[in-house]
Amino acid sequence: MATVSSKTPAATGELKIIKDATCTFCGCVCDDIDLSVQDNHIVKAQRACVLGKAWFLNHEIEDRPSCLIDGKPASVEDGYQRAAEILTAGKYPIIYGLSDSPCEAQRVAVSIADWIDGTIDTTTSVCHGPSGMAFQGVGEVTCTLGEVANRGDFIMFWGSNPAESHPRHFSRYSLMPKGMFTPNGRKDRTCVVVDVRKTKTAKTADIMLQIKPRKDFEALWTLRALAREIQLDAKLVKRETGIELAVWQDLMDRMKAAKFGVIFFGMGLTMTRGKHANAEALFALTRDMNAYTRFVVKANRGHGNVSGADNVVTWRTGYPFGVNHNRGYPRFNPGEYTTSDTLARGEADCGMMIACDPMANFSQPAREHLASIPYIALDAKETPTTRAAAVAFTVATYGINTGGTVYRMDDVPIPLRPAFDSPHPSDFEILTAIEIRVKAILRAREREK
Amino acid sequence: MKISQGTIYDPANGVEGLVRDLWISNGKIVEAPTDSSMKPTREIDAQGLVVMPGGIDMHCHIAGPKVNVARKMRPEEKRKDEVIHRTQNMHSGTMGSVPSTFATGYKYAGMGYTTAFDAAVPPLGARHAHEEFADTPCLDKGFYVLMGNNHYVMQSIKQNEPQKLKAFIAWLLTASKGFAPKLVNPGGVEVWKHKQAGNVHGLDSLVDHFGVTPRQIISQVAQAAQELRLPHPVHIHCNNLGMPGNWETTLATMEALEGRRGHITHIQFHSYGGGDGDENTFNSKVVPLAEYVNSHPNITVDVGQVLFGETTSMTGDGPLGYFLSNIYGGKWFSSDTEMEGGCGITPIKYKNKSLVHALQWAIGLEWYLLVKDPWRVVMSTDHPNGGSFLAYPQIIRFLMDRTYRQDVLKTCHPLVGKRSTLVDLDREYTLNEIAIITRAGPARILGLKHKGQLGVGADADITIYTPHENKETMFELPRLVIKSGEIIVENGDLREAHIGRTLHVMPEYDVEVETYIQEWFEKYYSIQWRNYPVDASYLHNPKIISG
Repeated sequence: MATVSSKTPAATGELKIIKDATCTFCGCVCDDIDLSVQDNHIVKAQRACVLGKAWFLNHEIEDRPSCLIDGKPASVEDGYQRAAEILTAGKYPIIYGLSDSPCEAQRVAVSIADWIDGTIDTTTSVCHGPSGMAFQGVGEVTCTLGEVANRGDFIMFWGSNPAESHPRHFSRYSLMPKGMFTPNGRKDRTCVVVDVRKTKTAKTADIMLQIKPRKDFEALWTLRALAREIQLDAKLVKRETGIELAVWQDLMDRMKAAKFGVIFFGMGLTMTRGKHANAEALFALTRDMNAYTRFVVKANRGHGNVSGADNVVTWRTGYPFGVNHNRGYPRFNPGEYTTSDTLARGEADCGMMIACDPMANFSQPAREHLASIPYIALDAKETPTTRAAAVAFTVATYGINTGGTVYRMDDVPIPLRPAFDSPHPSDFEILTAIEIRVKAILRAREREK
Repeated sequence: MKISQGTIYDPANGVEGLVRDLWISNGKIVEAPTDSSMKPTREIDAQGLVVMPGGIDMHCHIAGPKVNVARKMRPEEKRKDEVIHRTQNMHSGTMGSVPSTFATGYKYAGMGYTTAFDAAVPPLGARHAHEEFADTPCLDKGFYVLMGNNHYVMQSIKQNEPQKLKAFIAWLLTASKGFAPKLVNPGGVEVWKHKQAGNVHGLDSLVDHFGVTPRQIISQVAQAAQELRLPHPVHIHCNNLGMPGNWETTLATMEALEGRRGHITHIQFHSYGGGDGDENTFNSKVVPLAEYVNSHPNITVDVGQVLFGETTSMTGDGPLGYFLSNIYGGKWFSSDTEMEGGCGITPIKYKNKSLVHALQWAIGLEWYLLVKDPWRVVMSTDHPNGGSFLAYPQIIRFLMDRTYRQDVLKTCHPLVGKRSTLVDLDREYTLNEIAIITRAGPARILGLKHKGQLGVGADADITIYTPHENKETMFELPRLVIKSGEIIVENGDLREAHIGRTLHVMPEYDVEVETYIQEWFEKYYSIQWRNYPVDASYLHNPKIISG
């Protein structure tokens, strides 16, 4: 049985420096962190933000078995076999999560879903899924984050609070950098925040527009109308958006006067009333603005490799999330094949939850159903999801204990530089072992036929 | 393995339709054993069948950031299209104009193609392209590296530092593990980043901020590539793609090469007369351009054939994407990559009743028929821009069967006959010429000595066809496809999904220049210098190609 004590490297007191390590805590994926490592602890994480420091410095090798079957310690080999049996026994298997795994592991997860005619879905379906759907409707005008740093002179945050969710966003990418065409950094930029409350981000803004809750759609269409110089009823605008028409007009004038405008948005837009219609309105507004100047839009993605998950699932199936293989080929239908919905309707009969915690954050009917079916959980820590799993694997943490590739929120792929070894297997190793056993079971079944 | 008594078309070795045996061992073509009692492990009876090297697509968009965005953007065309079912050993997939990775590999192999090059990867996205390659089976693959709007390239030219430019190109190809320098609308994409609807409009337009011209970029990159002795020196998507009257820009681009080797890609889109965006003046200018190509052996072209139907336009030419999205009015994706380039994607539909579209179709065919030397014109649809790579068998039929060609022409807009010369062209391609424009030619243009031919030592990438009067039928369903000496397709059934090899270059350069590159890089890029280069772990069974 693989236990922690048997594989943890001995403490030697030696100090090791890992330069240019990558932090996978949020979608910023800062790759300039210098880690000091001593006795399987990160003692210093230079340049990391408050969230990154917590991520690196609080990282401990979990003193628990690498594998639990029905809550009891087991060998990983038995766990792989049991996992493969569960996944091949079901009629409607679902594989979910992926956004805190490297692409190498995500690829194997999609393979498994394909072999077992299962559903593959990622946490995108509960964060920026609506942005993905809006993108399929109208497209998107965007850029990499270095473009923002070098050119962006008008920066807007809509329903997004990077001051708390992406602490280095301002200094690395959006507000402070002294770029090629923004030599004076913050002084060369106008910062606008549109939100329903005065967030910490609002404090950095030159202009804050506090709109009425649930009125993002109306606010965005007000701007679309003003972009095209359509006359609007001032009273109606004020009543619907909570902001004077003159203020919107002033904003539009500034937007048109910008050389390179950038709108960052968050779940304040995509997970409130209107959802994908809000994101569509924002994408359409950005497109409209390109008739006057250069303008781009970008979602502030949360998880470290949620963009990688979108990419991997797309290149393998043609669709970004919520993909079902039940007919032997990929089909896409958000709402039907998105895990929170599938579970809430009581439809799946087995599953695998990879680096995610649905037992903590899904709706009650979804949680109840998940608890009632056999499933496998992979996580670096113990969570409500690992506790209720038939097979729970403790995995090595990506970016700290294992390498691989992650995609920053602007789809730029970045390699990981692990700091020290973990006694636990990586999710890539676990999924690869499960895939081999799944294929063996299916081959045997085929032969019996 | 032995392929017996096939009718072999191996133009690189001067073999045209001769009946011979081929011996294969360890993935290579080998000499017939001198000991005549030696028996092959497997013998394929190819009597009456046509044997050619595996097909080579030298210009397609099959992997990397923009291809994947296009997949993501177009769910609507997938469910109604053919689907790829999972089998015991093969993954499932989706089609549409931009198939998923596995589907792409399977479909190329099913058509007898065994090598393909993605035409436009920004170096910052190189790692992504390699990751997709690892999931694209059946093909040996490489990609061209976008550098026509790269800041360091323009800066080196502005500061008159050809040695730095040369070292930078070599460093960039090495860092991205790419195959060749690619220029896309040189200078124009940078201008697009500076202002609304920005673009350059001719070879002597000045690029904002950098103060260099497209002409300088073209000639100096071509010069550096020549000095680096790259196998495929420079792959050029000219300025002004799709614009009426752009043939003059294309001619000027070929002249700007000043005798150096250069490949002009999807030249169909760059061969238009007329002007001022007026449809009434739009016409073909293939005749003067082909004349120039015929008399200048340093120039090679691929066509970028348009086929009627719906597809997705995807390009590293950001301003072009904006232009097309305004014409078609559909959804539009654009993404600017820091320091390197841009990208535009929009759905489009080519209609035979549209004069412009029908002319584009005719202009493509004119190119195949008017370039006298088949070694210098290559079959392409610029997949998926002109149409899918799956249209190659149909294009072969257009080229080998003038009656079919003229029949389709009759269904087109009536003015096509007057605005192009297609109606007067009665040339028909021979099988040997088809073997040249789909395998031997692209192999030679790419500097792939081990491909596109069936001589001793060549890669055993082989396609065996059953002859048929209808050449589309013959070429769309090969009898056998052999990749690296293994049968991967038999009668349309995929048997083995070989992952294929990564083909890339590693030119030597003055490493001292890296200090300057690093200084510039660290000033402007949003990722770390050490995290930029793609390391060997991303490649599969790589092969370094030297010039």
